[in-house]
Amino acid sequence: MGVHGVTTAVLDFEAELKAAAGKTLISIQNVSKAFGEAVAVRDFCLNIEKGEIFALLGGSGCGKSTLLRMLAGFEEPTSGAILLEGEDVSGITPHRRPFNMMFQSYALFPHMTVAGNIAFGLKQESLPKREIEQRVDELLALVHMEPYRNRKPHQLSGGQRQRVALARSLAKRPQLLLLDEPMGALDKKLRSQMQLEVVDILKQVGVTCVMVTHDQEEAMTMADRIGIMNQGELVQVGTPHDIYEYPNSRYTAEFVGSVNLFEGRVEQEEPDAVLIRSPQLQQLIHVDHGITGPGHQQVAVALRPEKVLLSKVRPEKAYNWAAGTIADIAYMGGHSVYHVQLDSGMRVLAVRSNIERREVRYRLHDPVFIQWNADSGVVLE
Amino acid sequence: MAKRFSFSTAVMVLGLVFLYLPMLIMVIYSFNESRLVTVWGGFSTKWYLELLRDEQLLAAIWMSLRIAFMSATMAVVLGTLAAFVMVRFGRFRGHTLFGGMITAPLVMPEVITGLSLLLLFVSMGQMIGFPTDRGMTTVWIAHTTFCTAYVAVVVNARLREMDISIEEAAMDLGAPPVKVFFVIILPIILPALLSGWLLAFTLSLDDLVIASFVSGPGSTTLPMVVFSSVRLGVSPKINALATLIILTVSLFVFIAWWFARRVEQRAQQQLDPPEQPAGASG
Repeated sequence: MGVHGVTTAVLDFEAELKAAAGKTLISIQNVSKAFGEAVAVRDFCLNIEKGEIFALLGGSGCGKSTLLRMLAGFEEPTSGAILLEGEDVSGITPHRRPFNMMFQSYALFPHMTVAGNIAFGLKQESLPKREIEQRVDELLALVHMEPYRNRKPHQLSGGQRQRVALARSLAKRPQLLLLDEPMGALDKKLRSQMQLEVVDILKQVGVTCVMVTHDQEEAMTMADRIGIMNQGELVQVGTPHDIYEYPNSRYTAEFVGSVNLFEGRVEQEEPDAVLIRSPQLQQLIHVDHGITGPGHQQVAVALRPEKVLLSKVRPEKAYNWAAGTIADIAYMGGHSVYHVQLDSGMRVLAVRSNIERREVRYRLHDPVFIQWNADSGVVLE
Repeated sequence: MAKRFSFSTAVMVLGLVFLYLPMLIMVIYSFNESRLVTVWGGFSTKWYLELLRDEQLLAAIWMSLRIAFMSATMAVVLGTLAAFVMVRFGRFRGHTLFGGMITAPLVMPEVITGLSLLLLFVSMGQMIGFPTDRGMTTVWIAHTTFCTAYVAVVVNARLREMDISIEEAAMDLGAPPVKVFFVIILPIILPALLSGWLLAFTLSLDDLVIASFVSGPGSTTLPMVVFSSVRLGVSPKINALATLIILTVSLFVFIAWWFARRVEQRAQQQLDPPEQPAGASG
């Protein structure tokens, strides 16, 4: 790298810093929330950028809903602060915060029509009637619900209710939109359709959005960035790709997608590679990225099932393979999940796309070899 | 129908006969010519005319209706407040005690309620000069006391099943708490308030024991008049009065049913719009 390269890098860095400073909309600073003895959220720090869709992903009871309710103002943080463009919003009651929320149950007002529901927030600002009408028409068009404007919520299907709830929460042009399990009340087929449609609408409006979900598929489909939460703490933040391919902890690796974890000890370290011996495998594991830490420490290697390759012939290479038999096959149509029982007794999952229609290459109890590439595994502490 | 007389039909007919035969007999005997209630002496409507001429009875009906209306209205206000505090204000100190005390009048024998209220009114009259004497006001207060318990139970159940996020949504959209109560919660629990009001109205109209304790001269309610006149021997006038009451109640029920059916039909019509836009069928 020459002098020229360095200057460009510095300039890029400066530009990035400048852009980031202007882009942060919400800054959550060391927020904790305790209900009596139980701590729901612990020392939580996160910046939400303008225009992004951020998903908080975690199991039930991990504190994600509490965090969302603190953003909405229904709960006050025990300590820490939530800043909106640098201004502390704690102490501002929910009905004065410029944030709107779409509830998991949609919480539509049952005694009002679709148009009445959407207009409710606007009426609180006592805008002129013409203006409210106009905005309601806009929103109905946005969510494709024009023919239903005079219906009551109980006359709508689940997907239609969600559209109305979305339109209602967008009506006041909130600075931040909060989505609580947005697809939680829909059946599976409708869910995948609505996920993309909701993202389209959100991008069209350009609103910043924080959503909470326990469904990783939903988070990966909809969000620009994902934050994994566990026991009130943020475990990892990153794009869906980063989270899936480069998990930073066992929790993330196991929570997002399925994973094979090999326990082992570092045998040999090189600048950009590492050899790991696992009692579960006869061969060494070769990973082509260096790790930091004391030598010979206890580690785990995470390997995604779709990166495990099956073969009937014994691999030629010295590392990254094992022999076993097929103990179970889960046929999913598009792909099959093979449970391979290794000689050590460990079960490894391998996913294989069903590209050929007729041929069945691997049958139950067949002896097979599994192998993977050096860049497939991720070393975890 | 394959079988004309199934067991369940027979049971249903028996049940209906058991419930309604006494009323039917009473209606028939209200058109009895004879002075004696149990002997049929030919058809006549003279007891209805007698009834209209009975000033005391008419005054009692008017008194009862006024007390029932006021007690029911007051009970709805107080009962709703009590239910709201129990369901929405969280677990404050004495929550369980308050909940138990609210519903206690439901199981309290009426004699005890009546007697204790009488003692309260008498000692209050001596100490602070109110109420000066027993009459319509004291009956009204007494009826409100036990009707509130019924309304609180009905409204409590409705509030409990109401999704709390509906209130949060309204607040989130910019409505202050008081407005949320009047614009969102009240319309949603209105059916419960109406049925609570009707229940309280009926209970107040029906009450004999408590009213006997706390009423004074000039505030005789309908049940008191009926009861005292029956003690002197049943007059066919009472049959005529009962028939009129049954007629009124049936009319009210029929009108309520008719309105409910019309609302349902209109909703059904709205559910089948001719055009279904693509992509919004969800």
